[in-house]
Amino acid sequence: MFYREAGQYKTNYIADSAIFPILQDRIAIAGFLAIAFVIIPYFGNDFFINSMMIPFLIFSLAAIGLNILTGYTGQISLGTGAFMGVGAYACYKMTSIFPDVNIMIPIVLSGFFSAGVGMIFGLPSLRIKGFYLIVTTLAAQFFLEWCFIRVAWLYNYNDSGAIEVPQRELLGWIVTGASATPTTRYLVVLSVVVAMTWVASNIIHGRIGRSWMMIRDMDIAAELMGVRPLFAKLSAFAVSSFYCGVAGAMMVFFWLGAAEVESFDVNHSFLILFMVILGGLGSLLGSFLGAAFIWMLPIIIRAVPDIIGLNINAATVEHINFMIIGGLIIFFLIIEPHGLARLWAIAKQKLRVWPFPY
Amino acid sequence: MNTPVSGKVFEVANGLHARSANDDGIADGDELLVADNVSLSFGGVKAIQNIGFDILKGEIRAIIGPNGAGKTSMLNVINGFYHPQEGTITFKGEKRSKIRPYMAASQGISRTFQNVALFNGMTTLDNIMAGRTLKMHRNFFWQMFRHGPALNEEIEHRRAVEEIIDFLEIEAIRKTPVGQLPYGLQKRVELGRALAAEPTLLLLDEPMAGMNLEEKEDMSRFILDVNSQLGTTIALIEHDMGVVMDLADRVVVLDYGKKIADGLPTEVQKDQNVIDAYLGVPH
Amino acid sequence: MDLLYNVFVDPFAQMAALPDFLLQVLWEGFVSGTLYALIALGFVLIFKASGVFNFAQGIMVVFAALSLVGLHALGVPAILALILALAIMGVLAFSVERLVLRHLVNQPDIILFMSTIGLTYFLIGLGELIFGGEPKSMITSELGLPTGSTTFEIFDGILILQHIDIAAAVIAAILVIGLGIFFSRTRIGRALRAVADDHQAALSVGISLNQIWAIVWFAAGIVALATGIMWGARSDVSFALQIVALKALPVLIIGGFTSIPGAIIGGLIIGFGEKIFEVYWGGLLGGGVEGWFAYVIALIFLLFRPQGLFGEKIIERI
Repeated sequence: MFYREAGQYKTNYIADSAIFPILQDRIAIAGFLAIAFVIIPYFGNDFFINSMMIPFLIFSLAAIGLNILTGYTGQISLGTGAFMGVGAYACYKMTSIFPDVNIMIPIVLSGFFSAGVGMIFGLPSLRIKGFYLIVTTLAAQFFLEWCFIRVAWLYNYNDSGAIEVPQRELLGWIVTGASATPTTRYLVVLSVVVAMTWVASNIIHGRIGRSWMMIRDMDIAAELMGVRPLFAKLSAFAVSSFYCGVAGAMMVFFWLGAAEVESFDVNHSFLILFMVILGGLGSLLGSFLGAAFIWMLPIIIRAVPDIIGLNINAATVEHINFMIIGGLIIFFLIIEPHGLARLWAIAKQKLRVWPFPY
Repeated sequence: MNTPVSGKVFEVANGLHARSANDDGIADGDELLVADNVSLSFGGVKAIQNIGFDILKGEIRAIIGPNGAGKTSMLNVINGFYHPQEGTITFKGEKRSKIRPYMAASQGISRTFQNVALFNGMTTLDNIMAGRTLKMHRNFFWQMFRHGPALNEEIEHRRAVEEIIDFLEIEAIRKTPVGQLPYGLQKRVELGRALAAEPTLLLLDEPMAGMNLEEKEDMSRFILDVNSQLGTTIALIEHDMGVVMDLADRVVVLDYGKKIADGLPTEVQKDQNVIDAYLGVPH
Repeated sequence: MDLLYNVFVDPFAQMAALPDFLLQVLWEGFVSGTLYALIALGFVLIFKASGVFNFAQGIMVVFAALSLVGLHALGVPAILALILALAIMGVLAFSVERLVLRHLVNQPDIILFMSTIGLTYFLIGLGELIFGGEPKSMITSELGLPTGSTTFEIFDGILILQHIDIAAAVIAAILVIGLGIFFSRTRIGRALRAVADDHQAALSVGISLNQIWAIVWFAAGIVALATGIMWGARSDVSFALQIVALKALPVLIIGGFTSIPGAIIGGLIIGFGEKIFEVYWGGLLGGGVEGWFAYVIALIFLLFRPQGLFGEKIIERI
């Protein structure tokens, strides 16, 4: 009833090409931003912010990265975890070499390292397609994992083999390290994620994003329309890895505080892939929905036995968790292969014409 | 040759023409493309054997022949998707034997496909915008912010695309994902996408396959309008002889990878080799 | 100079100096190659028949082996446990067809692939829930498989062959020959090849897709059980195997996705290559190169021969 676009006339192409052409959508976005920036930091407790919101945002960013590659360009990747690792280790090295530099600079620069590595491993995509690409990205995953263990220089020759985040300040606030409050870290992460989502949306709706989708939908026709496969695919790998790299750096610096190679293993690659599939391939909104779903669901499942007073040990809950996630993935693929984002779009469409069927 | 159907189409078409990149120094009636002695084989299969023909600027050139005659392979050679083992293609006076498809596109060759090859995940608007890829140049930095030059460029091309949408009368499906469209409309969108590149040479691979009479008439009208209003040279593969005889200025006939006839539609129609190829001869 | 020497001369000098050790390394490579080939075989079966890239083959190996060991631990005699484990794989094949594949007919390949990843997660959870996550040892002797080893004296040195490894190679050979006969000589085999060529055409001549899929998944389940027993006998039955099983992917790249002989030869190439590289060159890089060597080899292969050793050359049509 309130979701109507009648009367909102577009009088020029700028308005008609806008990313959110419907007024109500723009109001909703503003509302969400207000909640995220004001209400959650003010009312959320530490557990909610630290264990739910921060990882949710970081994984959303990684999911956007993978979605650019898999959802928009059609190149499957199982190397997301390793690309996140490249960002994390690069950021760690930079901040230990230049301790006085503003922490946000290495965070952003680490994305460029990841982008470079991503482009190298993206090169085979020019000759091979589809499932074959899984193998090359797995090669990246396992080779980089090996580097994270064997190249001691990456973790400053620590005995533990882990990278530990030093304390850094931003505009006078302590943002990383043990004494940074969850709320501060949350706000930094939120700002980065919002800014990068906005940029991703712009790229996707412009010429470059269109050339990615052309490659995805029909690579031969795309080439005959003048898209250079080399540029389109490598730019997708670069942008995708950039996002994953920044997500990885933030994961260690603003969430975990310390990390070993296990934080970037192939299971994380799968985790992000699930987020993208469940959320919806080729949808930015889907990246957020998928991340929320995959990250929040286990937390809820873990909490359920306590709430209803059952005494089940943690390992069993974890196993059930695996089964539920696996089952849900299959279930969602069967009922809606295009993910949560498509379900949302259908709901929106229904709402627009409600109470009539169409 | 023909009259535009409505004043609106005429205006729009003129608008497009004004900006078409047809100032390549080749006058109407001169050779735009020459295929010289082209041969192509896959393993042992000889798809094309020593074929040579020319396409003159401004004409509609039909390529016909029975199934498997090598027509589509010939188009694929022209726009660089296949590389012939022998022979050369001369386009705009420039001789080449090997070329990548995107280079052919940047030289002004655009095409449609036998089996519709649209970008199914994208809307009609985005598909036609995709045709303008080569005309857009704003770099990554501006793209990131969708402001200033990038946005201006986007809007400017949107305007050009809207003209094509008007021209092809597909306003209503502007924002429909093309995967959901019926076949006839998909073919029309595909033509729009090829036109968006403002090509010098437009290759149409069976633009009317699987269409009903009304759709064929519409499509024929669009092809003639494109040719006469925009001055676009067209090479056309088609099985419907009625359409070919009406549309084409000259016809080249292929059979089993060889050229068996070349000339005006009326000449070709009477050629004994052509009649044999279509009807079969006792061996 | 030193580096060149270490890379190009020294490893070969070592090989020549200790030929018995080289033989031992080659044997190890052969055995692990056989196991990779077996996993890849399961992949190929399913890919050939349904075009599904079955990511769950690795976990099926673990699950089959766990069922066998788990049942035996409950007091079921070994042979009966083997039969029951086979039955479990049958039930699994049937349920996968019934609950998953049947609902995903005509979906793009990537969706089917993702559903097998979902299946993988489900089976990991189910397996750990029923059998627990800790590694178990395979009931090798109870199944009547040979243990112990034979030592040969050769080149003034010794070569030790584990009997179980020999058995693994023999069983692998029997499986491959058996499947080969099954596919080329029986009615079901012919139907299966028809389905592999074209689903709709196969349907139109009255072949039941559902039945064929269930059969293929069951066949892959049998291969998984055999693989699980052999692998379990060499190390432990544990979920870590699932990651190792990913190495079947490079094997498939080298052998081609649809070729059974390709899977065998690809497996052996990876097995030999990996062991030799680890032993003679790995030290230069700090060791542990077995984790990625197979993938890098596959990557290089892809760049020069994207269709694999036995795949057909891809001609793109438009």
